[in-house]
Amino acid sequence: MPSRTGSHTPPGIGKSLPERGLLLLVVLVLLPLGAASSPNTNQPGNVDNHNVAVQSYNYTKKAFPVLSLDYHHVSTPFEISLWVLLASLMKLGFHLIPRLSGIVPESCLLIVVGLLVGGLIKLAGEEVPPVLDSNSFFLCLLPPIILDAGYFLPIRPFMENLGTILMFAVVGTLWNAFFVGGVLYAVCQIQPGSPSVLNSIELLPCLLFGSIISAVDPVAVLAVFEEIHINELLHILVFGESLLNDAVTVVLYHLFEEYTGAGTVTLLDCFLGVVSFLVVSLGGVLVGAIYGFLTAFTSRFTSHTRVIEPLFVFVYSYMAYLSAEMFHLSGIMALISCGAVMRPYVEANISHKSHTTIKYFLKMWSSVSETLIFIFLGVATVDGPHSWNWTFVTVTIILCLVSRVIGVVGLTYVINKFRIVKLTTKDQFIVAYGGLRGAIAFSLGFLLEKELFPMREMFLTAIITEIFFTVFVQGMTIKPLVELLAVKKKQEAKRTINEEIHTQFLDHLLTGIEDICGHYGHHHWKDKLNRFNKKYVKKCLIAGERSREPQLIAFYHKMEMKQAIELVESGGGVKLPASIPSTVSMQNIQPKKPPPAKPAERALSQLPKGREEEIRKILRSNLQRTRQRLRSYNRHTLVADPYEDGFGEFVIKTQKMIELEKKIKDMNNYLTVPAAPPDSPTMCRARLASGRGTDFKPAQQQKGNKSSPDPQAYSMKPESGGLPTIQVDLASPQSPDSVSLMDEFKAASKQQQKKKQQEEEDQGLMMKPSGANKPGEEDGGRDQPRRTRCLSDPGPSADEEEDEPFLP
Amino acid sequence: MGALQSLRGQPEYVDLAEKTGFSYEQIGVLHKRFKQLSHNEETLLREHFRKIPDLECNPIRSQIIEAFFDRRNFRENGEGTVEEIGFEEFLVIMSHFRPPSLHITEEQRESVRRDKLRFLFNMHDTDNDGTITLEEYRHVVEELLSLSETLEKDTAKSIADAAMLEVASISMGHMEPDEFYEGITFEHFLKLLNGFEIESRMNVRFLYMDTTTLCK
Repeated sequence: MPSRTGSHTPPGIGKSLPERGLLLLVVLVLLPLGAASSPNTNQPGNVDNHNVAVQSYNYTKKAFPVLSLDYHHVSTPFEISLWVLLASLMKLGFHLIPRLSGIVPESCLLIVVGLLVGGLIKLAGEEVPPVLDSNSFFLCLLPPIILDAGYFLPIRPFMENLGTILMFAVVGTLWNAFFVGGVLYAVCQIQPGSPSVLNSIELLPCLLFGSIISAVDPVAVLAVFEEIHINELLHILVFGESLLNDAVTVVLYHLFEEYTGAGTVTLLDCFLGVVSFLVVSLGGVLVGAIYGFLTAFTSRFTSHTRVIEPLFVFVYSYMAYLSAEMFHLSGIMALISCGAVMRPYVEANISHKSHTTIKYFLKMWSSVSETLIFIFLGVATVDGPHSWNWTFVTVTIILCLVSRVIGVVGLTYVINKFRIVKLTTKDQFIVAYGGLRGAIAFSLGFLLEKELFPMREMFLTAIITEIFFTVFVQGMTIKPLVELLAVKKKQEAKRTINEEIHTQFLDHLLTGIEDICGHYGHHHWKDKLNRFNKKYVKKCLIAGERSREPQLIAFYHKMEMKQAIELVESGGGVKLPASIPSTVSMQNIQPKKPPPAKPAERALSQLPKGREEEIRKILRSNLQRTRQRLRSYNRHTLVADPYEDGFGEFVIKTQKMIELEKKIKDMNNYLTVPAAPPDSPTMCRARLASGRGTDFKPAQQQKGNKSSPDPQAYSMKPESGGLPTIQVDLASPQSPDSVSLMDEFKAASKQQQKKKQQEEEDQGLMMKPSGANKPGEEDGGRDQPRRTRCLSDPGPSADEEEDEPFLP
Repeated sequence: MGALQSLRGQPEYVDLAEKTGFSYEQIGVLHKRFKQLSHNEETLLREHFRKIPDLECNPIRSQIIEAFFDRRNFRENGEGTVEEIGFEEFLVIMSHFRPPSLHITEEQRESVRRDKLRFLFNMHDTDNDGTITLEEYRHVVEELLSLSETLEKDTAKSIADAAMLEVASISMGHMEPDEFYEGITFEHFLKLLNGFEIESRMNVRFLYMDTTTLCK
């Protein structure tokens, strides 16, 4: 595919188009080939076997097959991998075309791709594999998405708006189902003309169809809303509704499906339906919660086997889903409750790396699943069989829109009476417009049996058209509409420590006011739940000291850790993410006349400015070397390569020195947290330069006759929280990083001896960034191996012994 | 709770309703509660508050109680504290927690925000000098953490220091190393909690109270 030559074509696109085209061609060719070859290879295989059987006594010698093709052997996994690869390549491709992804949501593009692939397969004359087979959909494709949603569900806004969400999910879906089903039946009955095919549709199938099509789909909502970044409230309303309406859909579906055979529904059946709804939803939640607690409890003991921690999370959640499905309870609600319940406890117990693993695996799986689902939707559309009926389809689409709007408006009117923050018209519009249908509706339709539902194809066609309509039309236009209506967008600001303090403060304040008023409201019960949680549940499920850690402290540690990691990762040239450009440092906020009991602080403020500058330069240059060290990280080698830095980089270095200078100043924003009690994993994780750990004694090692300043000025006492320290947790002590770091310091310091004079000081620098990880050393002995292990992969503990060549 | 109760003492209620913005029903309910708390006396004392059992497990209990007796919250531009409060003052304090009505202009919303944030500010600024100093902020954080069993004074201080640093960075931007940041003024406080949406969060539902079910 030749790129269009011309100076106007931006080089990126010019390069990517032919590449992408080639890839696409390759994949598309392989796919039909794969699909095509599987039925064919059966025969030769059989013939071979037959021949061998016949010739078993003859042992006729055939030439030994050096190279043979046996596709049949690997066909299923091969095809699956091919599909996954296709999906991922597509995802890649879309983002290479800059303008396209801004206008058209990804889901639309993926459906188009699916259509293309389906078309290609059909053209090749092969049978389209039934990819959206309900088993594979419900058991393999859907759970990752839901688990990802449930695990990362923002609990606070979800709980605060739970009433509203439930109203929309339950009452709204019921209304939609009955309205659409009923009116459709009426329309079908009054169909003019000769016995139209529509007249034969009974009420119950119509209602069933209504219930299938009225459920808002979480996959589609996620895919579209992810790109429009609306404010949290609306997002959680629509998304929460799409998750919680699963119970209603399940019950209605089974109810109508059962009784379509019977033909009538009695009052008793309705009553049983209501009971069933309660059982399905509450049962699902309960099953999920049980598995969630199991996971949390298991994670309490995983401190010695960190590698398989993510596995527990995934497997228990999947088991929760399967168990719920086993009893025909709501699997989606089980997954959501499992993820939401286990998260606070599991995160307190697992290591940082496991946390990252879980996060990225979940995101990866859910992303791939989502992509596959949309592609398969396209493929299944091409597959058919279709039975197009103009009336039915158009009436369906119109009815869905109308009923959604009426439902939302009506419900909001009622809900607003009970809400403090009312929903405005704009909000209502977005909620109504955001009700997208998706693959779940299709799969449910696919599950219908042909015998019971002769008009199954018509239903499927209508469902697919509705899905296409919502995803394409509503999906594409929602973004410009959001801009047009100036709906409040998501606030990108990070959570600051002040907001956290005030959130907690406000919680307690409002609880107190409610108590004074004597009103057992929202805050009162939340407070009670929190206290119960703290007193009993956390003790069971969280290992060690963490169980008693207040939330504020946990938040603070998490933030510190994040900032430290970001600092290390950003290296040079990138602005420190959280820092506001300012020169404010700890000195500015310390009281001018400190109470006499704090000599360290006073000593610090007496630091001559020159000395400070020296310190900064030292730190800066060390930090630079550290950064370069990290770039050439190798999992296996421990040996540093100090001669790696070419002379050419020196120029860049000096440029970055200026930037780093500024950054060092910014780093004064960080504060130390004094060393924590030994058992706490978070403390390990957030093991930044604690007061006791950092041993900052450049003075003692200076060559030449520099005046040695008061050692007290440098040594950190735990009480002096004000001393600027470098919060660098480059790597855990056991990982090769830290070891090579030490070596590198030593080696690099030797190397630089011939360079600038000021760098002579570097030799003496005792800055031990990862020494902070082991304050135990200072405190006498490695009697706390457990703590330090939290940070690392459980590498061989031999590593632990061989570092620290470099003590003062 | 019928129409009868709201008619009782109607003329006073009119004034109070105007001053605080509560409806007659809400005032009636709160009046009942006031009487319950004060054992039918005319004024409330601090002891009455301390006797509320639910309040005991609240870490910032003393600050909440103090807020009721702080004249800065009475909306009369007074200062200092009082020893006892009447029903009117009780209502005025409670009115800080009323949700803003649905259809208000931007300026009204802004003034509601300032009002609520002022209340919070007064709670933090105990010595009434117009700024929240580092010591006062530390005290706030310590109180918040006071009920947890592992009280680490140093951690509390570090958190307060970090928070203070954040405020200084946001408000002041650039400061020379020898300048001193006095404390959080009200304007800085406003800027700090800009994204906090306090007008939607600092609210208590007053309408659906049923004082008969309450403890005492």
